[in-house]
Amino acid sequence: MLEIIKEPWPWYVAGPLIGLTVPILLIIGNKSFGISSSLRHICAACIPSNISFFKYDWKKESWNLFFVFGIFLGGVIAAYFLSNPNAVVINPELSEQLAGYGITDHTGLVPSQLFSWESLLTLRGFIMIVLGGFLVGFGTRYAGGCTSGHAIMGLSNLQWPSLVATICFMIGGFVMSLLILPYILSL
Amino acid sequence: MNNLENKNMDSEGINASQKKESSLSNLKYLIVGIFFGIVFVKAEIISWFRIQEMFHLQSFFMYGVIGSAVAVGVISVFIIKKFNIKTLQGEKIEIQPKTFNKGQIYGGLMFGFGWAITGACPGPLFAQIGTGATVIIVTLLSAIAGTWFYGLIKDKLPH
Repeated sequence: MLEIIKEPWPWYVAGPLIGLTVPILLIIGNKSFGISSSLRHICAACIPSNISFFKYDWKKESWNLFFVFGIFLGGVIAAYFLSNPNAVVINPELSEQLAGYGITDHTGLVPSQLFSWESLLTLRGFIMIVLGGFLVGFGTRYAGGCTSGHAIMGLSNLQWPSLVATICFMIGGFVMSLLILPYILSL
Repeated sequence: MNNLENKNMDSEGINASQKKESSLSNLKYLIVGIFFGIVFVKAEIISWFRIQEMFHLQSFFMYGVIGSAVAVGVISVFIIKKFNIKTLQGEKIEIQPKTFNKGQIYGGLMFGFGWAITGACPGPLFAQIGTGATVIIVTLLSAIAGTWFYGLIKDKLPH
């Protein structure tokens, strides 16, 4: 049994489990699924700086911080007790493209040749780690949600603005991954 | 009403419960989070490679994950509304509607850029750090800085 759990899980197991988070959070405490709000609560709790956007009772939303701390712990548990020793199996075409940029190590979920403390000091690493993170934080709040809040929770509740947001997430991702990222990776 | 102002502009991750919760009862969200983090890692959803495959249309995997998650979510919300299912505390389940503003377009595109660069949305960032990729702490801090900067200049942006 543990052997099966250690193998990479197929999409038809992972997707429905993620979808089930929606009713579970609603039923156990009337909470709407959404993860990027946690970043706003961290700002409200630590650096409100008298900005009206961060002046609210973040403690009432602290469930969200417990939730993301749980995600962190889930990462720890999965990596140390349930880990699959094999490299991530990726499409050979992608593998070949990435090899052209010197990315050949597929052992980690996070490619160490791009995301490491050493690469943080390179231009490529700085753009990917710092600028990339900034865009995630700024963009999700500007859009009012992320993949969980819009693409999963919003679409589950048939909200058309969430469909607009999800389509824009995908367009942005395609443009970056196919057209701009090759230039960043060649730095 | 919940307590986050500017609600009509941002209704993500809302606590619609009127009941005051103790830290102890917050532990249940920690447990759901743990379960969620394990799924993220075990299905390799937090892998940068999986995200690139998705945007290169080289794998059905992520489309399958998101599509089946939405399908289960739609059916669940439908059942909850249809049968007027209550929370465990006996409250009526409330889901805030999303109102459209241009931020969903501009912000959505910006997040899409960040998603393709980092290979992570906010949730996977926490899980990646958990797996031992400590440099992602910098990405997370930068995402917090991005959120803070949005709060700072929000009124000057088109919405």
